[in-house]
Amino acid sequence: MLAALGLDDVDQLFQPIPSDLRAPADLDLPRPHAEQEVAAELGRLAARNRHLDELTCFLGAGVYDHYVPASVWYLAGRGEFATSYTPYQPEMSQGVLQALFEYQTLISELTGLEVSNASLYDGASAVAEAATMAVTATRRGELLVSAAVAPRVRELLETYSQGLDIKLVEVGALDGHTDLDEVRGKAGDQTAAVLLAQPNFFGVVEDVAAAAELAHGVGAQMLVTFDPLTAGVLEPPGRLGADIVVGEGQGLGNHPNFGGPAFGFLACRPEDVRRLPGRLVGETLDTAGRRAFVLTLQAREQHIRREKATSNICTNQTLNAIAAAVYLAWLGPRGLEELGRLCLRAARYAADRLAAVPGVRLAFGDQPFVKELVVRLPADPAEVSRRLVDHGLLAGLPLAGLAPGLEDGLLVAVTERRTRADIDRLADAMAAVLTDLGAAGGGAAGQGREPAAAGGDGRTGGEGVAR
Amino acid sequence: MTAFEAVPWAAGALDAEAERLIFERSSPGRRASSFPDGDGLPEVDLEQALPAGVRRTAPVGLPEVSERDLVRHYTRLAHRNYAVDLGFYPLGSCTMKYNPKVAEAAAALPGFARLHPAQPAEQVQGALELLARLEHALCELTGLAAATFQPAAGAHGELTGLLIIRAHHEARNDPRRRVVIPDAAHGTNPASVRLAGFEVTTVASSPEGLVDLTSLEKALDTDVAAFMITNPNTLGLFERNIARVAELVHGVGGQLYYDGANFNAILGKARPGDMGFDVVHLNLHKTFATPHGGGGPGAGPLVVAEHLVDFLPAPVVVREGPGGSGGTQGGPPEEAFYRWDGDRPRSIGRVHGWNGNFGILVRAFAYLLANGGDGLRGVAERAVLNANYLLERLSAAYQLGYPSRPVMHEFVLSARRQKSQGARGLDIAKGLIDKGFHPPTVYFPLIVEEALMVEPTETESLETLDSFAEAMLEIAAQAETDAHPLHQAPVTAPVGRVDEARAARQLVARWHPPSEPDQAGSDPADEGPPDKPTW
Repeated sequence: MLAALGLDDVDQLFQPIPSDLRAPADLDLPRPHAEQEVAAELGRLAARNRHLDELTCFLGAGVYDHYVPASVWYLAGRGEFATSYTPYQPEMSQGVLQALFEYQTLISELTGLEVSNASLYDGASAVAEAATMAVTATRRGELLVSAAVAPRVRELLETYSQGLDIKLVEVGALDGHTDLDEVRGKAGDQTAAVLLAQPNFFGVVEDVAAAAELAHGVGAQMLVTFDPLTAGVLEPPGRLGADIVVGEGQGLGNHPNFGGPAFGFLACRPEDVRRLPGRLVGETLDTAGRRAFVLTLQAREQHIRREKATSNICTNQTLNAIAAAVYLAWLGPRGLEELGRLCLRAARYAADRLAAVPGVRLAFGDQPFVKELVVRLPADPAEVSRRLVDHGLLAGLPLAGLAPGLEDGLLVAVTERRTRADIDRLADAMAAVLTDLGAAGGGAAGQGREPAAAGGDGRTGGEGVAR
Repeated sequence: MTAFEAVPWAAGALDAEAERLIFERSSPGRRASSFPDGDGLPEVDLEQALPAGVRRTAPVGLPEVSERDLVRHYTRLAHRNYAVDLGFYPLGSCTMKYNPKVAEAAAALPGFARLHPAQPAEQVQGALELLARLEHALCELTGLAAATFQPAAGAHGELTGLLIIRAHHEARNDPRRRVVIPDAAHGTNPASVRLAGFEVTTVASSPEGLVDLTSLEKALDTDVAAFMITNPNTLGLFERNIARVAELVHGVGGQLYYDGANFNAILGKARPGDMGFDVVHLNLHKTFATPHGGGGPGAGPLVVAEHLVDFLPAPVVVREGPGGSGGTQGGPPEEAFYRWDGDRPRSIGRVHGWNGNFGILVRAFAYLLANGGDGLRGVAERAVLNANYLLERLSAAYQLGYPSRPVMHEFVLSARRQKSQGARGLDIAKGLIDKGFHPPTVYFPLIVEEALMVEPTETESLETLDSFAEAMLEIAAQAETDAHPLHQAPVTAPVGRVDEARAARQLVARWHPPSEPDQAGSDPADEGPPDKPTW
């Protein structure tokens, strides 16, 4: 090849790089490794982690230990999907395009809104994209954000708001749910949107319809970040008045992956489609009149519209979205409902068992929940969790530093993978750990349900906290 | 050329028939899923557990299929899709190199795939060690100080970098409004600039295809926050005046941003930090051979110079124990303790819900180990050699967009000559499909008429390059004699050319049961210009 170019050294091709800009020869990089050495080293690193097949997982907070069926990555992992690029050449990309079209339909069904894009990076950044859409649609600059939206999502919104003209106004949570009176008080003619999570960070099911009515009453949009795995038991937010529904798609056939890759989804009403960020697949015909699929409404996107694009997104999370489509087709309508009911049964059993542990109380025992709940512990939840690891348990997420007023809180997630025996083991081990810590004497067994608004005023965040 | 010529992936007997939608395969009562009966868990009355306003009222419209139907459906869809695993994919600026399978196996290990991101540091030491070692390697390769792995893709890295630049200027009480980019830049650059709250100033390229220093100098003043550029640039040319560019940009107090889309060309050969860049994003799904997934997941880590480290998204991985604390180096990694440091008061904050696309980082780390430093230098050398060889073979029939040579890892042809013969860039692209190749990027960069942007990558054999060159030359010959057949191409693909205008004009973005009408609608303006950039 060099001869064809009339060269005798490949370095001659690097002649455009000035010699004083050549990299030093002694970079501190690994030596080349044979494949079996690579496999061994990665195996060693993986073995230094304690994963969810070793520890029984009650940890959630946005990433959940839902079962991933064998067929999902058997199919989504196929090289024809995994090693293809964004489907810019539709004639040779009908597989990915059709899978995404099906994905869009499935997300539309789960959210109750007509148009879904072809995926975003994750649930948190999807919220920021939705906020941008609402600001553009309403030409208003304020976003009312519930304190019962996950702290990570709110942190990301703050980051994104540095570049966008968006003012975030926090609305407090009362007894585990968004304080709708505070929404009423703070919503006005500058409000672009109201943002809730369904279920919220504390696992509590929100009254989306009432919040949507308040938002629409002042001409604002209703944004909801929704856990799609609860769609078998909860009404889709789109049917309750939400204008944009986003969410984290990890539970839909994607492994926890230490937080990624998974994907974010975003669905909206047809009238907002021109503000939609990211890829969108549409149905059309080929020259012979056959049904075909193609990326469409590209005039919204960065490669056409440049600085006037609705978003900068290019590479997104297509393969994870395809995995979600396979998963949802595996699930079917009855599977989705059974999954939702199973989570609900397990979560309610966990609530009863944990509330019966001496000293442990449900933080929001009177509120509806479906797969996640907050318990208050009579000892430091971080220390209790640490000790429960010795029992093979990931007990949940300690809430100190994450939710004002819930320093003694532990957020416990219960998916369809948790059996009665797992839950019994958690409750029994927690009782033992609390006894060891000398903290079990505070409350009587069986008295663990806390009446509404007890323990301070029951508030979490909000109340005049504006940023 | 016949419809059943040996095109390895395209419509043979298996795939000639369209695959129905999964919804059209649905049959009431079928299912693939099964769940345990929750033995021992008390039954729950939904009406009692959930208030009427939030309880589901109607079944969700998911398809009802058996596992057999599910597997056949997606397998057939796979057969209707081209991929690197099937053949050559010379898509310019996308670096569609071969994706080694040992990396896939590593990422699928339960010790990585089944880790919860909120597990405490002591349970995830292997994951944190991997991140720290990958960060060190990326710092070595870029000549910069520290990295964040939160950005999930290149454009996400751009936004992160621009927000850091914004924070840097604001911390100096010197807020700035403008970011300068070349006219050849990727569309993500201006879009990210606007998302970060800046205005875009575009500078023209010189007749050589490089940054025009005079135009740049005119565009620069103390209101300029940054200059963003790829190097090699989108024409595949190394910006040989980069040191001068850095001097000019830094001279007005601006920051120099490196778009890592083309980093494959200089891997281990030259470092952005040594050229004066302050901020670099890398596309691990390009340079580090992680599969592109049909449009992601990728990973767009951002690497910054010392003076910007404090602004990185929190948390960052730090190493404690033997070898010193705070950094990521020194001593055998297994003797260290790694933890997340979230106490970063000057941080711009989080840009991802968790730790970015960790599974992609595992693959990139496997690629790093497999190649090692020497191997990575070889990657750049073979990528550049392949591009120049292919250019040499094609230059008899196709004009180069800008005359400068040698090119680096990619080159941009102009189909001007073929256009005058009646075959546009798009026709050439579609003609290549019938010859079993994925086309190059067409109509980008915007500054080249009828652009065909070719990036062969280092992983292709001489035989593949030669057969692609033959195909391109045959198409050029076809255009010269009679361009008409190229207008019909492709004829061997699962579908012929698709009506993009119709898709935009009569938007159908989801399937509806036959009884339900579509709700969406749109108009032709949504389609974009007819010769829009197509990767």
